[in-house]
Amino acid sequence: MNQKRKIRILVAKPGLDGHDRGARIIARTYRDAGFEVVYSGLHQTPEEVVRAAIQEDVDMIGLSSLAGAHMYLFPRVVELLQENGADDIVVCGGGIFPEDDIPKLKKAGIKELFTPGTPLDEVVKWVEENVSPRAS
Amino acid sequence: MEIAEKIVSGDIRSVARLIRDIDDNVPEARKVLRDLYPYTGKAYVVGITGAPGVGKSTLVDQMVTHLRSAGKTVGVLAVDPTSPFSGGAILGDRVRMQRHSMDEGVFIRSMATRGYFGGITQSTRSAIDVLDAMGKDCIIVETVGVGQDEIDIVQSAHTTIIILVPGMGDDVQALKAGILEIGNIFVINKDDREGADRTVNDIRLMIEMDEKRYKDGWKPPILTAQAVFDKGVKEILDEIAKHRKHLESSAQIQSTRKYEKVRNDLSEMIKDKIIQDVFNEIIDSGEFETTIQSIVKREIDPYTACDTIISKKLKKGAP
Repeated sequence: MNQKRKIRILVAKPGLDGHDRGARIIARTYRDAGFEVVYSGLHQTPEEVVRAAIQEDVDMIGLSSLAGAHMYLFPRVVELLQENGADDIVVCGGGIFPEDDIPKLKKAGIKELFTPGTPLDEVVKWVEENVSPRAS
Repeated sequence: MEIAEKIVSGDIRSVARLIRDIDDNVPEARKVLRDLYPYTGKAYVVGITGAPGVGKSTLVDQMVTHLRSAGKTVGVLAVDPTSPFSGGAILGDRVRMQRHSMDEGVFIRSMATRGYFGGITQSTRSAIDVLDAMGKDCIIVETVGVGQDEIDIVQSAHTTIIILVPGMGDDVQALKAGILEIGNIFVINKDDREGADRTVNDIRLMIEMDEKRYKDGWKPPILTAQAVFDKGVKEILDEIAKHRKHLESSAQIQSTRKYEKVRNDLSEMIKDKIIQDVFNEIIDSGEFETTIQSIVKREIDPYTACDTIISKKLKKGAP
């Protein structure tokens, strides 16, 4: 009843990658964990992702990529958030990433990357420990 | 005053944050809403409702395109249900409208019902005010996929559109109460499907049989469409414009509408505030729990307990 603000998350698929099963499963998992999840659908540009994130006032963006374009798309989202004064929004990624890319992505501001086989409750726990709803 | 100024000047982030604060019952939000109130009352509000899967989001998406080419700015509130089990929600209406997300003249916001019945959210009324104050010419509210009863949208919208699809068959006959009584415009979407004519006739029959209900002189038109192919959308917008003209044609209609809207809004606000100030407070303070225990132990009866709490709470607490 008296709030504890709900965590709002944008699950987005930037780029041309059409594999959305993972993103949908994650969206459902977040919902079952009590979060409000805005699902953006496929083929989003980084600009569209950031615009949606701001309009929806989310606390976190979960970017899904299984088609290899993450080294451009993910840092670009972080960049645009900074340009729009919204860098308090946490960005993390899920999907297929070569091991070598993960530290580079983290350096570019993506807080965590989740690869195949990660247990779902670990994904939820990470959010609970690293994302808090915006203070008013 | 600052936040209100930002909103009136159209700052997206401020608008988005305020809507969230309203949703989360942040006390400071109320002050901003007060400051914004003088700037409200300009936008035209359209409600879109209907069963799950009839094409509400698709239609909204097309309507936004048409409105934008006519030079109007648009705000969209898209409502989806909160899971009663987890308290979470998947807000998926935006998917169908994302092509408008980069348009500066469009603001799209997804909202979860959070247990509120009625088809919209507890915060929808106020969110409409915010988009209104922000300067949006037209505000479209897409309700959750409704069944028959969730008709709160009527109180907040100037024009309410009911969307159906063919093949509801005998169900249409059964759906006499509730949403079929409140529509200003009926749209049979996916009209390429079998049974479209039958559905049109069923609705027409229902409207003809209830002529006395249309006391203010507006008989709901029945349109058909294929929203996904942008067929019939222009006609829908034309009917909305006609309905708007009808509402504005008579001072009597306008003042009745205004009175009823204010009456409804105020009633809901008072109820919501009482729940907030009384009920939520005793839950937070633990008084609710201890009172339950006392009643269970038969130390006090529930009627006395209830009356005591209410009279205590309502005595304290100034705005």
